[in-house]
Amino acid sequence: MNAANDTIRFENVSKFYGEVLGVNRISLTVSPGITTLVGPNGSGKTTLMNLMTGLVQPSRGTISVLGLAPSNATEFFCNVGYCAQFDSFPRGLTGFQFVLDGLMLFGMSEEDAYHLTAEALDRVQLDGEASHRKIAGYSKGMRQKIRLAQAIAHHPRVLVLDEPLNGLDPMARAESLALFQELGRQGMHVVISSHILDEVDRISDRVVLITGGYLIAQGNIHEVRREVRDKPMQVLIRCNSPELLASKMFAVNHCVEARLHADGRGVFLRTGDIDQFYRLLNEIAVEGLVKIEAVAPADDNANAIYQYLIGSDGSAS
Amino acid sequence: MTQHSFGYAVAMMRQQPWSLWWIQARRMTTIEIRRNLFTRRAWWIYFLAFIPAVILLIHLLIDSHSGPGMSDDTEVLAGVVQLYYVRLGIFFGCLGIFSRLIRGEMIERSLHYYLLSPVRREVILLSKFFAGAVSAVVLFGAAMIADFVLMYADYGAAGWDFMLHGPGLGQLEAYLLIVVLASLGYGSIFLLLSLMFRNPMPGAMLLLGWEAINPVMPSLVQKFSVASYLRHLMPVSVPAEGIFALLTVETEPVSAWVAVLGLLALIALVLTYTCYRMRRLEIRYTTE
Repeated sequence: MNAANDTIRFENVSKFYGEVLGVNRISLTVSPGITTLVGPNGSGKTTLMNLMTGLVQPSRGTISVLGLAPSNATEFFCNVGYCAQFDSFPRGLTGFQFVLDGLMLFGMSEEDAYHLTAEALDRVQLDGEASHRKIAGYSKGMRQKIRLAQAIAHHPRVLVLDEPLNGLDPMARAESLALFQELGRQGMHVVISSHILDEVDRISDRVVLITGGYLIAQGNIHEVRREVRDKPMQVLIRCNSPELLASKMFAVNHCVEARLHADGRGVFLRTGDIDQFYRLLNEIAVEGLVKIEAVAPADDNANAIYQYLIGSDGSAS
Repeated sequence: MTQHSFGYAVAMMRQQPWSLWWIQARRMTTIEIRRNLFTRRAWWIYFLAFIPAVILLIHLLIDSHSGPGMSDDTEVLAGVVQLYYVRLGIFFGCLGIFSRLIRGEMIERSLHYYLLSPVRREVILLSKFFAGAVSAVVLFGAAMIADFVLMYADYGAAGWDFMLHGPGLGQLEAYLLIVVLASLGYGSIFLLLSLMFRNPMPGAMLLLGWEAINPVMPSLVQKFSVASYLRHLMPVSVPAEGIFALLTVETEPVSAWVAVLGLLALIALVLTYTCYRMRRLEIRYTTE
C-alpha cells in the first residue's frame, strides 16, 4: 500500500479565522495506532481535528487522510468517523434513532443499519433500554457514549475523538480507553485530544504537542521526552537503601535532585545526563552495596512533557 | 465546449454514483420531512396555512347563506390566495421552514452530523430543499384545498357542481400550481439567505418590500421576483383598490408557461449559487 494511503498528512497547513490564528504551518504525518493531541485550551487541537475532517478548510497547505480529501465525501466519510466536542443533537431523537439515521445515509440496507446500530451501542455499553429513550433526557456521559457510537458505527479506518472522556465516570472512562486501545491494535488510526493526560498517556503510541496554533513536538512519548534535553529526567529507583543510593548518586555532578519515595523503599532522582546516570547505577548495582529492585522513568509521560514543553500557563517554553 | 471535453464531461457524469446519491437523497428527505412537519416548532406554520380555512369554517357555521354570491366568493378566494397566501402565509411559512434547514441546525449545533456523513454537500442541500418544499406544499396545498371546499360547500349542489364540473377545478389546479411555485421560489431564496446571513430576517423583510414594489419596476427587474411570475398564473383577477392594487397589478401580460419556466429558471439559478455556498460552508458554531 502506498504510504500516503495509510497515513494522515498535513503539509504546511495554516488556518486563520479572519485575523485570528487557528493553526500555523503544521506539517504532520500520523501513522496507524493511537495518537494523542496535547495542548492547552485554544491551542488549536479542535481546529486540527476539524481540518482533518473537512468541517473547516485550510487557509494554506494541504491535508489528506488515507490519500482522500473531505471534498470527496462519499469515500472519505466511509473511512473516517469523528466524535466532535459539540454536545448537541438533532431534536426529538432517541439514541438508537440517532445512530440509525446516520447509518442510513451510507446507502446500506435497513437491516444492515439496524445490525450496525445495535453493535455500536453494545460497544459503547449503552444498554437497550437507554438507547430507546430520547437523547434530551441523557446524562452527559450517555451523550458522550452515543456520539462515540455514532462515530464508530460504520467501522471507519480513522477515528477522530475530540475530548472523548469528558463527562464520563471512571468506569466508563476505563471502558472507553479499552475500546480505543482495541481499535488501535486493530490497525485503526485513533486520534484523540484529551485533557485527562494520565489516562490517554497509558494507551497512546505517540503524542502531538500543540500550543498557540504551533506544533511543538510530535512522536513517541519516550522519544519526545529524550528530546527535551534542558529538563533533567526523573527516574524512580526501588531499592533496599534509598538514602545510600542518593548519596552515591550525588557524588556526580549531573544528579541535580533526590527525593525519597513516600513508602521509604525508593528514591526519585533527577539527572541532566541520563546515559551517565545509568552507567553509574550499573556500577553501584555491581558493587552490591545497594540492592536495586526496579528502575523506571518517572517523567516521560504526556503530563510531564506537557509541563516541560508547554508549561502550566499554556505558553510554550 | 469542444466535442472532446463534452465527451469527457459526459463520461465523468456517468461515473458518478447516482444511485447512491438517489438513496441518500430519499433517506435525507424522509428525515427532514419528519423534522419539518412533526415537531412542536412547526405549529405556527400550520397556523399560517390553516387560519383562512378556520375563518371560512367559522363563517360556514355561524354565517351560513348570508354571504355574497358565488362569483363574489370566487374573487374573495382569489384575494385570499394573492394577498394572503403568496404575500404573507407562504412567504413567512417558507421563511420558517427553509431558513431553519441549514441555519437552524447551525444554531442548534447539529449540522456537523450531516457534514460528517458520506453525502455530498450538494446532495445534502438539495435533499433539504426538496424536503422543505414537500413540507410547505403539503401544508399550504392542503390548506388551499380546505379553503376551496369550505368556500363553495355552502352552496350545496351548485357549489359541488362548480368545484367538480365547472371552472372551479381549473382554478384549484392553478392555485395549487401557485402554491408549489411559491414554495419553491421563496424556499430557494430563504435557503440562500440563511446560508449568507446569521439572521436571515432582515433579508427576508427586504425581500418582502422588494416583492411589493416590484410591479412598478422596469420589466427586466421584474424578472427577479417570485410574486411577479405568480401574478401571471392567477386564474381570477382580484379587483383591488388603493395600496392593494400595487400587489395585484399585472403590468405586462405573460403566458402561463413563460411564467412557470421563468420562475423555474430563477429557482435553478438561486439553488446553483446556494450549492456553491454550501460547498464552502465551515462549521464554526462559536460564531453563531
